[in-house]
Amino acid sequence: MLYAILCYHDEDFVGSWSKEQDAAVMKKLAVVQDNLAKQGRLGPVARLLPTTAATTLRKEEPPLILDGPYAETKEQLLGFYLVDCKNLDEALDVARDLGAANPGGAYEIRPVGLFAPGSMAT
Amino acid sequence: MTDSAWIDAALTSARPQAVGALLRYFRDLDTAEEAYQNACLRALKSWPQNGPPRDPAAWLIMVGRNVAIDEVRRGRKQQPLPEDDQAISDLDDAEDALAERLDGSHYRDDILRLLFICCHPNLPATQQIALALRIVSGLTVKQIARAFLVSEAAMEQRITRAKARIADADVAFETPGAVERSERLAAVAAMIYLIFNEGYSASGDTAPIRAPLSEEAIRLARLLLRLFPSEPEIMGLTALLMLQHARSAARFDPAGELVLLDDQDRGLWNKTMIAEGLALIDKAMRHHRSGAYQIQAAIAALHCRADKPEDTDWKQIDLLYGALEVVQPSPVVTLNRAVAVSKARGPEAALEMIEPLAPRLANYFHFFGVRGALLMQLGRNDEAHVAFDRAIALANTSAEAAHIRMHLDRLMRDSRPGSTKKAGT
Repeated sequence: MLYAILCYHDEDFVGSWSKEQDAAVMKKLAVVQDNLAKQGRLGPVARLLPTTAATTLRKEEPPLILDGPYAETKEQLLGFYLVDCKNLDEALDVARDLGAANPGGAYEIRPVGLFAPGSMAT
Repeated sequence: MTDSAWIDAALTSARPQAVGALLRYFRDLDTAEEAYQNACLRALKSWPQNGPPRDPAAWLIMVGRNVAIDEVRRGRKQQPLPEDDQAISDLDDAEDALAERLDGSHYRDDILRLLFICCHPNLPATQQIALALRIVSGLTVKQIARAFLVSEAAMEQRITRAKARIADADVAFETPGAVERSERLAAVAAMIYLIFNEGYSASGDTAPIRAPLSEEAIRLARLLLRLFPSEPEIMGLTALLMLQHARSAARFDPAGELVLLDDQDRGLWNKTMIAEGLALIDKAMRHHRSGAYQIQAAIAALHCRADKPEDTDWKQIDLLYGALEVVQPSPVVTLNRAVAVSKARGPEAALEMIEPLAPRLANYFHFFGVRGALLMQLGRNDEAHVAFDRAIALANTSAEAAHIRMHLDRLMRDSRPGSTKKAGT
């Protein structure tokens, strides 16, 4: 089963990290990711730019385009992982490992219904 | 991240909101700052033991308020007959407000007020910047003094003077109306731009010391944009700062000399920061409410979008500078436009454009640098020589002078007898 691990955190807080702190967190996360990649369980990973760069299109008629993220929340969606796990327990283990590397905020673990790998060359 | 690094980041990110709210309660910058410092001291003791609070800013505001009110109470007991009980009755009001839930509805205006106080028109620009870095960003006096290349004592004095002027000035504490809010926003944006330039215009040895100022300005711009997510000029400002700063790793050679845009290693540009800047300028354009920051960001975006210097869309840059001349007429803008014109339409057109600027830019280094370069391209080497000599006399830094000398050397080489070099090479 594919699980999406959605990363929520206060972006003000993350934005207050020094370059060195940010790099240190990314390095620790890379260890967890490498481990999953070696087992062939790691799908796409994304770190999103701040919500100030976000635009929201509300599907009204005609569509309404708004500046900013869909939801104004204390913690914002800052990125996601796709990970292949047998069950929820395994997905929670991955989230725990990621959380140990990058404390604070929350992970939302969502089973993936449909996954199209896409054709984009990166 | 370690506990203490976590606490540092939490205190830094909560600071503008917490100091802003405390300022609203106490209506005095020193009291608000002291209350915040006291709250931080308690946080350093309490958070490692009890775990971090869910909302660090709200925690700091509550604790800061309580500590400050307790202190005034203690003061009242020691002085049973206060001559002036104004401060205390103000605090009683604040205590009523304390019961009010922290619903965050004041959040936006609190931070804007805090920033706005720092750029009060009574303060000269140097004091505005120093005060904002101290009060809003929370840099230490030592850090600020270092960035401004002055002694700690001098910086301390500058900040104390700025605070004294603020205390004497009229500061509006009520929630601003729409017009006033947009005026405040413009003043704050200008101040953030000043802070950025303090870092960006540095060169040589001082560049690495001053670079944090540019980073701090970007942080403040992002903060402002989060408060006003639909303001195209704030998007433009933030985009402009990011697109400029994204090139910083390529702007200096290992010897600390300035590298011009055409000669920069574009592989060193920060692609993530460029992506964010481009995203913001795209968003801003959709509002069709142009402004000086957006136009400048659009110009910077065209440079960032070119993989090679020769891919630069100079025609578009020429048009954008034309638009900027309308919004913000200045001989310096026209001079910048002339550089684009020389690329898009040739040096003759550019020279014609800058000739009328001569009286107003008679003491401006870049005017003579550009003029010399254009004359050189036209093969008018003797005149170019005169312009370059004048530029060297006006150079502000050794890097600027060295750059012009390079041109002069080329001129000398080309005008040696037997040289067959022609115009435009």
